[in-house]
Amino acid sequence: MGTELHFISANFGKYDTSSIGSYMSIGGFEALRKAVTMDGEDIAKIVAAAKIKGRGGAGYDMGRKWTQARAVKGEHKVVICNADEGEPCTFKDRELIKQDPFNLIEALIIAGWVVGATDAYIYMRAEYACLRQLLLNAIRQAKSYGFLGKNILGKGFDFDIHLYSGAGAYVCGEGTALIRSIEGKAGRPRMKPPFIKVSGLFARPTCVNNVESLSIVPHLLLDQEGVYMHAGTPDSIGTKMVSVAGNVRNPGVFEIPFGTTVRDIVYNLAGGVPEDRQIRLIQFGGASGYIADASILDVPYTYDDLEKAGVNVGTGALLVIDERTSVLDFLTITQDFFSDESCGQCTPCREGNRHMRMLIEKLRRGEADTSDIEKMKKITRIMPMSSLCGLGEGAQHAMIAAMRVFPEVFDVGGAANE
Amino acid sequence: MLTEPKEQEALSDELRAKIDLVLESHDNDFTQIVGILLDTQDLFERHYVPQAAAYYIASKLPVPASRIFDCLTFYAELSDKARAKYPIEICSSIACHVNNNEELKETLEKLLGIHVGEVTYDGRFMLLKTTCFGACDRAPAVRINGKVYGNLDSEEKVRDLLESLN
Ligand code: FES
Repeated sequence: MGTELHFISANFGKYDTSSIGSYMSIGGFEALRKAVTMDGEDIAKIVAAAKIKGRGGAGYDMGRKWTQARAVKGEHKVVICNADEGEPCTFKDRELIKQDPFNLIEALIIAGWVVGATDAYIYMRAEYACLRQLLLNAIRQAKSYGFLGKNILGKGFDFDIHLYSGAGAYVCGEGTALIRSIEGKAGRPRMKPPFIKVSGLFARPTCVNNVESLSIVPHLLLDQEGVYMHAGTPDSIGTKMVSVAGNVRNPGVFEIPFGTTVRDIVYNLAGGVPEDRQIRLIQFGGASGYIADASILDVPYTYDDLEKAGVNVGTGALLVIDERTSVLDFLTITQDFFSDESCGQCTPCREGNRHMRMLIEKLRRGEADTSDIEKMKKITRIMPMSSLCGLGEGAQHAMIAAMRVFPEVFDVGGAANE
Repeated sequence: MLTEPKEQEALSDELRAKIDLVLESHDNDFTQIVGILLDTQDLFERHYVPQAAAYYIASKLPVPASRIFDCLTFYAELSDKARAKYPIEICSSIACHVNNNEELKETLEKLLGIHVGEVTYDGRFMLLKTTCFGACDRAPAVRINGKVYGNLDSEEKVRDLLESLN
């Protein structure tokens, strides 16, 4: 094993990304033509049968999400494409947009058809500003070919796509914050309910999907031979885009069938650790992901197996850290990230992050005692329970995992910790 | 908010016209405020949105000035304070950290003679820290006016980069 399977990324390098004609010459918009002859519910069922889970990190069942979005009553439904991948070490959506922008546009139109929406909004992080023109051009060309606008493909289906830019706020990956940002406000998350699916963008019923989740759909609809359904494992069907970085020789984005071992990903695809150093830890799914030590290498990369091993697929990021970086050093940087990015609205997140940072520092200096460790544990319990949004809920995942995987680091009864 | 006296000066007609163009390119749509402010700050040599520009935009859109300042201070990519012609944002997140971004920072500080948070005397360079901008496969990386420069793992490469900006 250790080979890629190009299904979602099948179009990479196959066409001129600035030309709709080029895209159509490799079968572009065939999936949309097929979709508009189908009932939306049947498409949602195909997605559900493929067990596609939200690939932005939350992992919510996408087929179910679409079925629910269809069922919501209300005018002017909207679809949002979340292209705000802000989790450190996550850059797979960047490649999907860069190398196959038209597929994303096609996918969004199909999503609009399925849920009965009138508009789609792509919210792309400012960091990918260089991809803006590419997407705007794709939208423009799709419009001039009649794939967007009024009465698409003669089906009486009106649909448009709008592109919005973020401006460097990690918290805007969170649904309600993202929506506020598109509404032209500062992207601070709000309390739920009302839930987005009922009252989201401009108080309209809203369905949010990640770039990768959407990108699968056109390929899946045209997959006569069942390549996708036969790839992977019965529980984790198909393939996944993973981004690997950190201390590896060949960092990058790879598409793997589920079930590939972590070792294959790290050593065969990403080239292994430079100078054959030992692995200290691997973090899965970005800064809000859990961590494991090298014992994870032989675990197959599936939703179930990773979960049993104490980590999550999350965004699909794998951050490899070699022996030169200590666990506490890693935790410090991770904590700094969340302290920086917390919007400061709710006390558990704002103060929890601050205090955790001070306690880590104390531990690093060798001055922490058992009561400090107790405080740290308390913070890891309180923050997920009481924070307003996912940022505060996920901020201590790395810490929680570190306490489990590397108990010796927190053993203040013993000698120095580093 | 403290104001530099010169910031209260009115905008030149030329700048007004340029901001008008930015607004137009966003269909004068106030929900595009983030995109409008991003484009506006690129009109200024030191990559920020001066107060006069913020008030001007507020006068053109159905939003109060407070909303504009809220956005300017909320989003990391936007600034209400003068930066530099080339604000150099050093990624401080984890993939860059384990690829020696500390050394990169020190090299930049040495070559420019300033610390993080400072601007060179001529207003050309500023050093800033930022969180991950999705170039982790090219760590350690910096971003300058939206463009990413990666794999900066030697003093020579950093020197070349700075020279290319001249
Ligand atoms: S960690 Fe530096 S760009 Fe992602």
